[in-house]
Amino acid sequence: MDLRFSDDDEAFRADLRAWLQTALADLAPQPDRDDWHARRVWDTDWQRRLFDAGYAGLNWPKEYGGQAAPPSQQLVFLEETTRARAPYVGVNFVGLLHAGPTIVAEGTAAQKEAHLPKILRGEEVWCQGFSEPGAGSDLASLRTRAVRDGDHYVVTGQKIWCSYGQIGDFGELLVRTDPDAPKHKGITWLMLPMDLPGIEVRPLKTVLGSSEFAELFLDEVRVPVECRVGEENDGWRVTNVTLAFERGTAFVSDLVDATRLVEDLAPYVTDPGHRRELGHIAADLDAIWALTKRNVTQSARGVAGRGPFMIKLAYSEVCQKMGELALKVLERDILTVDGEGPFVEERLRSLAFTIAAGTSQIQRNILGERVLGLPREPR
Amino acid sequence: MNFDLTDDQLALRDGIRSLVEGRFPMDRVRGGFDRSVHAELAEAGVFSLRADGFSWADAAVVYEELGRGLVPGPLVWCFGRERITTGYDASLAGSDLVEFLGLVDDVVVVDPRRSQGLVVPVEALEVGEQATWPLDPLTPVWRIQEHGVLGSPIDGSFADLWDQGALLTAAYCVGMADRLAEMAVDYAQERQQFDRPIGSFQAVKHLCADMAVRAELARVATQAAACVLDDPTTGARDRSLSGAKVLAGEAAILNGRSATQVYGGMGFTWEVDVHLFLKRAWVFETQFGGADHHADALAATMPGGHS
Repeated sequence: MDLRFSDDDEAFRADLRAWLQTALADLAPQPDRDDWHARRVWDTDWQRRLFDAGYAGLNWPKEYGGQAAPPSQQLVFLEETTRARAPYVGVNFVGLLHAGPTIVAEGTAAQKEAHLPKILRGEEVWCQGFSEPGAGSDLASLRTRAVRDGDHYVVTGQKIWCSYGQIGDFGELLVRTDPDAPKHKGITWLMLPMDLPGIEVRPLKTVLGSSEFAELFLDEVRVPVECRVGEENDGWRVTNVTLAFERGTAFVSDLVDATRLVEDLAPYVTDPGHRRELGHIAADLDAIWALTKRNVTQSARGVAGRGPFMIKLAYSEVCQKMGELALKVLERDILTVDGEGPFVEERLRSLAFTIAAGTSQIQRNILGERVLGLPREPR
Repeated sequence: MNFDLTDDQLALRDGIRSLVEGRFPMDRVRGGFDRSVHAELAEAGVFSLRADGFSWADAAVVYEELGRGLVPGPLVWCFGRERITTGYDASLAGSDLVEFLGLVDDVVVVDPRRSQGLVVPVEALEVGEQATWPLDPLTPVWRIQEHGVLGSPIDGSFADLWDQGALLTAAYCVGMADRLAEMAVDYAQERQQFDRPIGSFQAVKHLCADMAVRAELARVATQAAACVLDDPTTGARDRSLSGAKVLAGEAAILNGRSATQVYGGMGFTWEVDVHLFLKRAWVFETQFGGADHHADALAATMPGGHS
């Protein structure tokens, strides 16, 4: 065990630190949260600058514009961008951390060529179409139908919680291609070009009053067969590649945000009892960061550890504690969301953390059954 | 950056684990601490790890295994010392109880408020009565009459003594927390109610999942703190040590409570080992600063704090 970074990694850190100092100096102010066009421009501009400087797709293959850098440099990147308060993925979230990695793992050469470089350059924004009104925790019960018609799938159904649905160029879409097969066996993973006829996107207003989520209505949308990633009816396995990734490292970005937030909150925390709670929360966040280092080390060595199954559950639960502490500390300043700092808005946002990408209850089922080997509940 | 056990550390872990399993089965552990326990651990090199060139990260690996096996004794105080040693925190106002006092050669009398420590031969103390009903049956306690203590100053700095004690205590607690999670999972697999293993019910499964997460977070926090002790340039020493002690102490206590719950009525019996782990965890909470102390200390290192 050794937390020291190699000379190469430290050189990477020094270069990055210098680059960030210059790059952040002339960064435009962050646009209004409801101005989706401006947010897309702002986030994709930053992504383009990362790409030009050689910091995009650190863990993606070189032939598609990535850096194939060692995992330790991804950690250095996260540490330094956090410290410098650089923008994080923003509207590029699904492309960089969800759909992109799925295409890296499961896509054909043509699919990789068509999408990965564009995602890394900030030229292609992705949204997600997994959940349905009737398929949440039981995602595999999804009912959006895709019927093969020559070189196309004809897709009809409804999706909900589509992250970045308003501005996505492509959607990662799960559809049912075999309604007679057992529910996990009849699902296919499609890339959905969002400009096809028959797609209606309706923004979904959340507890924040607005959001990055949308509902997606699909009415006989003709999706070319070459948009299929993986085999027909093998989409559940393809999805699990993505979900495993999501549980593993995708949430590092949220952890980074939480770490920033707790440091920002600290100066407001004066009551001794609240300071003590702050200490507990920081201890949890530090440990989750240490677990991330453990996961990165193990994945670099090809070891399948328990950590990736624990990160999301642990961070989302501590975020709830932090949100409640912020509200107690701010007292009557919480009566306006946009008052003192980002804390009230972040408290509202964090209500979703223990729900999205598998509720805490589902996470505990997965941990109990797949990691601890406890028997499944009869279902 | 290689934040996982090295091959040498895996070998060290396996070696100490087989020693603990071979020499300290639960029927012997239930017999409590005596000179033979100390002699066998000393012979295995447990207390002289640092002198023998091992790192604090190695020591954390070893003490975690001692905790898994619930090996009894003042093992943290004995670390780095040849004579059998216990410790007494003179800042704990009103308490005159000292663990293992009648079984040791030396007592380290510390006062964290004044950052002081003295090594006192037990003959120099007036040892009072042994308590008849100790909380932890494997941690016997004696009363002490603290008059005119004569001793020699501890070797090294008080801060080092305190931090190293917190680290090794945390590591031992991680081992207990991990073992408790295993015991609960095993029991949840075998215990049948309503015609099925109780571990198939989400209410029980989720208790087990939370136990595993607590143990794992406490482990990585403790190992990270050990790495920082080994190389202070890799992190914030006070912050990481306090975080480790908070999480490990709470993981041991909360996993003790959850394991008791999973075992149900059997968990309330003397026969099942769970209570021995839980009681030890409560004892450790009184040593080298409890969760409140360390949560406050950690917060003091953050913006707006007064460290």
